[in-house]
Amino acid sequence: MHLDSIFFQIMIYLLAAVILVPLAKRIGLGSVLGYLLAGIVIGPFVLGLVGSEGADVMHIAEFGVVIMLFLIGLELHPNMLWRMKRLIFGLGGLQIGITAFIISVFGALMWLDTAQAITTGLILALSSTAIVIQTLSEKGLLQTIGGKHSFSVLLMQDISVVPIFAIVAFMATSNNSIAMGGDMVEDVVVLEGWQNLLLVIGAVATIIVGGKYLAHFIFKIIAETGLRELFLATALLLVVSIAIAMDAVGLSPALGTFLAGVVLANSEYRYELENTLEPSKGMLLGLFFISVGVSINFTLLKDQFVLILGLLFVLLVVKLIVLFVLGKLFKLNLRQNLLFTFSLAQAGEFGFVLISFASQNGIYDEFTGGILLIVVALSMLITPVLFIVNEKIILPGLSIKKETEVKADAIEDNTNPVIIAGFGRFGMVLGRFLNANGIKSTILDINPHNIQYLKKFGYKVYYGDITKPEMLEAAGAANAKVLVIVMGDRMQIDKLIKVASKKYPHLKLVVRAVDAAHDLELINKEVASHRQETFDSAVSLGADALENLGVSRYQAHRAATTFKHQDLRFMRNLQKRYGEDDAHFVMETKRFSEHIENILLMQQKHPYQDMDCAWDTDTLIDEAKESQEEIRKG
Amino acid sequence: MRKILLLFAHPILQKSRINSAMIDAVRNVEGLTTHNLYEEYPDFFIDVKREQQLLLEHDIIIWQHPFYWYSAPAILKEWFDLVLEHGFAYGSEGEALKGKMAMSVITTGGKKESYATGGLNSYPINQFLLPYEQSCNLCQMTYLPPFVVHGTHLLSERGIDLLKVDYLKLMALLKDKNIGLDEIDNTMFVNQYLNE
Repeated sequence: MHLDSIFFQIMIYLLAAVILVPLAKRIGLGSVLGYLLAGIVIGPFVLGLVGSEGADVMHIAEFGVVIMLFLIGLELHPNMLWRMKRLIFGLGGLQIGITAFIISVFGALMWLDTAQAITTGLILALSSTAIVIQTLSEKGLLQTIGGKHSFSVLLMQDISVVPIFAIVAFMATSNNSIAMGGDMVEDVVVLEGWQNLLLVIGAVATIIVGGKYLAHFIFKIIAETGLRELFLATALLLVVSIAIAMDAVGLSPALGTFLAGVVLANSEYRYELENTLEPSKGMLLGLFFISVGVSINFTLLKDQFVLILGLLFVLLVVKLIVLFVLGKLFKLNLRQNLLFTFSLAQAGEFGFVLISFASQNGIYDEFTGGILLIVVALSMLITPVLFIVNEKIILPGLSIKKETEVKADAIEDNTNPVIIAGFGRFGMVLGRFLNANGIKSTILDINPHNIQYLKKFGYKVYYGDITKPEMLEAAGAANAKVLVIVMGDRMQIDKLIKVASKKYPHLKLVVRAVDAAHDLELINKEVASHRQETFDSAVSLGADALENLGVSRYQAHRAATTFKHQDLRFMRNLQKRYGEDDAHFVMETKRFSEHIENILLMQQKHPYQDMDCAWDTDTLIDEAKESQEEIRKG
Repeated sequence: MRKILLLFAHPILQKSRINSAMIDAVRNVEGLTTHNLYEEYPDFFIDVKREQQLLLEHDIIIWQHPFYWYSAPAILKEWFDLVLEHGFAYGSEGEALKGKMAMSVITTGGKKESYATGGLNSYPINQFLLPYEQSCNLCQMTYLPPFVVHGTHLLSERGIDLLKVDYLKLMALLKDKNIGLDEIDNTMFVNQYLNE
């Protein structure tokens, strides 16, 4: 291929992605569908800008899948799996198993042979992690019970991609040799069975031992060079070499890199690896979805329109029924069950990967693969519609009252006197302080990472959006005495104040103010105590600076304390005046600068050193001298 | 040699003429530890165990401070309240300070004459120091006669120099193991440095 033409192709792919992905996200379709649409648009059936080389691009892009599995491996914490085992393995396992079985049987009744039927069942049992997680988090439903169930099932599906690859590969070996990973190694040397087994065991052992002992050593050296691109190169090298080695011994490269990921999940370079590889993965996967879009056969869609629509209908109905029954079995209430059911009814992006994998390995003929590809794509396209159907048509029709979305038993000890909302660096210090004073707190945070990390240290921390009234209720707001609001986000803080003071007027609110302006505003709200978050530490550090200038420690301490008290007084005065001036206060920035200005002005007028004048003996000395003069005169 | 612990309390040392001069005079005396309470505990959070350990390590405890409202600056009261614990300093098992000596070194703005019946301050200085004396009794310590600097407001530079020399002499006297209690008792420290 001519160089110009390569660059032209790259330009077309990138241009399509850059235009269509943001557009798709804007109208709520998500990035996966955006890439697909981009592929369809530049493909032979719309603009015809790319053609036969689409298949080559797909081969390269499949490497994104290999990296993705490596990253999935990295993210698998045995702890998390164990804690959520009932949902992940129970619910997730049942969903995959039952759905796959029904679809396989249905497929076998159609025109598929056994291998095709099983492969199809497994592929279509999966849902779209990318679309569902994105949609749920955009709608703020990820923390609800239905959302959590969906997440668990998706996690199980992600994990099971690995065995599904293996199963498909196994079924393919009965006919063909494996060709996954873009035909990296073409000639698989034919070996005796036992030799092959030895090779496989050797390769797996190399990955485990190398990952555990050697990788740490290598990454340390590379990290010490301080060159980020070198770290990326090393990470890519690692993944590529494993892929080649796996291919050479006849195993799936995806499986090998997944294993390497799991081995490295405990390494201290885990986050670095994730961050470094994430963009490459995203890019290659995007490319992969575009090439799927390119390869969608619209002639086929036109010719087999009724068949494809029928299959799509069957697929959705089977998945919806299985999900709904399982939701019932796992005691989801109707509302949560409907969310769970409708969110997972589509087939997923792994479908594309697995269909192309199966096609390359000769399981699918062109017709079957093409039809499935279209069905998967259409089912994904229909997901936003399903969400809308559930929210706008089914739920309002049920007229069930909006009940607690958070399971009360998720919060075990909800009789604690204190609820701490927000447990980042700020809340952690506060929580430790209360804990040291024997006060038990129920702790809530919106960031699951905070909690993950804190649970290791024995804190009782729960994940959820505490600005929801239902969450407050479940956290035991009715029995608590104090609600400490220390999230970092001002909007969230204000929202929670509003919700809590309305629903639980008995709760004393202790609130973190993010800046001086916020602090001023809180004076007007029904808040028991509020403090500017960085104020105390800033003044204390200022006192340290004074000390280092040679001011005595006690004077520095007095100065800091005096300053704090004076600032409090100034704030009260300011608040009074602002209250008179403008019910709405002024615009934030203006207000803030005025506040600083006023403080400086007032400080000029009342130098605070005056406050300690009782210790100053100057006036006493003057008086003593005067009286001595008088005695002399007298 | 007796070891001396000079517990010192003045909230604004940099503004003090007399106390800072006195401290400077004796700071380097061998076997003497100066311990500035306001500097050690600017937030009044006194490390009780550490203070008790310091007491154990010394034979003579001196409380030096300006005479605020016929008593000591606030932190010294806090020190008494926290450090002289029951079971450590007093009580049936509190004998840690038994046999040690203690002394007040105080500076007053008023002249000596004002500390007398009919004077501005109505009572002699020893009466105001009764709480310290009785505290020492309770802790089985010997309360030495105080070293009082009167009339500090009008003390001249020369007066301060003389005071420094005398304060050094006092430390030398206290340090010396061969000088008995009687001798110390009989030394008249009070009223030596009045600005008359």
